[in-house]
Amino acid sequence: MGLLSKKDAKLIMDPLLDDNPITIQVLGICSALAITAQLEASIVMAVSVMFVLGMGNVVISLMRNIIPSKIRIIVQLVVVAALVIIVDLVLKAFAYELSKTLSVFVGLIITNCIIMGRFEAFALANGPWRSFLDGIGNSLGYGLILIIVGFFRELLGSGTLLGIPVLGDPIEKTGVYSIGYENNGFMLLSPMALIIVGLIIWVQRSRNKALIED
Amino acid sequence: MEHIELFFKSIFIDNMVFATFLGMCSYLAVSKKVSTAVGLGAAVIFVLAVTVPLNWLLDQYILQDGALVWLGPEYAQYDLSFLSFILFIATIATMVQLVEIVVEKFSPSLYNSLGIFLPLIAVNCAILGGSLFMQSREIETLGLALNYGISSGIGWFLAIVAIAAIREKIRYSNVPAPLRGLGITFIITGLMAIGFMSFGGMLTTDGKKEESNIEAVSSKTEVLKQEKTESTQIVDIQK
Repeated sequence: MGLLSKKDAKLIMDPLLDDNPITIQVLGICSALAITAQLEASIVMAVSVMFVLGMGNVVISLMRNIIPSKIRIIVQLVVVAALVIIVDLVLKAFAYELSKTLSVFVGLIITNCIIMGRFEAFALANGPWRSFLDGIGNSLGYGLILIIVGFFRELLGSGTLLGIPVLGDPIEKTGVYSIGYENNGFMLLSPMALIIVGLIIWVQRSRNKALIED
Repeated sequence: MEHIELFFKSIFIDNMVFATFLGMCSYLAVSKKVSTAVGLGAAVIFVLAVTVPLNWLLDQYILQDGALVWLGPEYAQYDLSFLSFILFIATIATMVQLVEIVVEKFSPSLYNSLGIFLPLIAVNCAILGGSLFMQSREIETLGLALNYGISSGIGWFLAIVAIAAIREKIRYSNVPAPLRGLGITFIITGLMAIGFMSFGGMLTTDGKKEESNIEAVSSKTEVLKQEKTESTQIVDIQK
């Protein structure tokens, strides 16, 4: 870690596990669940959030001394909305099919609580470089959960990963399907996302007892 | 009939929390007690009822492709739809602020019960989600937009009150320690969502929905078949 001091590295590593935005801080769940039926969509979502949060944190932290605190929410919303419009237009230009799958959820990055939460909790009180690292760290933690959920939902639900069949062919009965395995279509429905996140929380908290709520 | 159908559809079938996960953050954070849940739920209904029709007007007369034509024929080629995020969120933020001021002025008792929740609502995904779904589902009239706002608000209200009631009771149950709090809430919400899916068959009397479902399924299988033929073709080429 020659590039980052110990304190800076902590900013990136902490949100990955012990201070994960989704499972511990309970931020940004709205968009996390709806789009995780496919791994590809989850990854794109994670990258978009990383862009918006990283850039937004820097912008807000640069402006933190000139924003009057009474109207800061509106200022923050405008900054996020501008960044999200960039993401939306880029997706529409280069990945049109995917942007159709994500539909309104790209727009909902604006109200993703992670973004506002990190602006309020971190960027308003810290310099640009540290805010940038905080943004990257938190969006990595967010992306990690998204990718885990997306991985299981796509693998168990449609037997593919990133659209590539990995368990054999369900119609020709090759691979694991030849011994009677069936895709669990239920994994593609929205309730399973909630249950998978619940299970992730269970695993995480039984590994680290300090996180248990009473 | 159209109105009644949209009303029940947005409350039960397309329930904001259970079908599209909108507003989950405040749903999880403010659902520890039924009384606060009722306050937040009421505020959400109120704000959705105001912002969805407003944003519908904005969408119809400013944002859509060629919507500016009422200014004169030379404006017909403008398409401002890329601005919709920023305009919608600005409308919502200002409306929330306005509502807060008005309620504080004219009804201090309502303000005391809703007060703390109103600023929270500006960044509630359910509100922006309501407007964005209104836009992407191409709701036709102002009346329907108002109906959509109110009914999806009621759906959200039902969801948060139900989970708050369950969480109040579950405090006396012996939940495994690592699942306590957040974990079990997620799993209960998942189970409730499965329950709400059973409402899916409610509006099939006119056969329209059934048809569209069958179409969706058959198109899906077609896509699968297509993919298969493509992949076999690739294999052939490789051979």
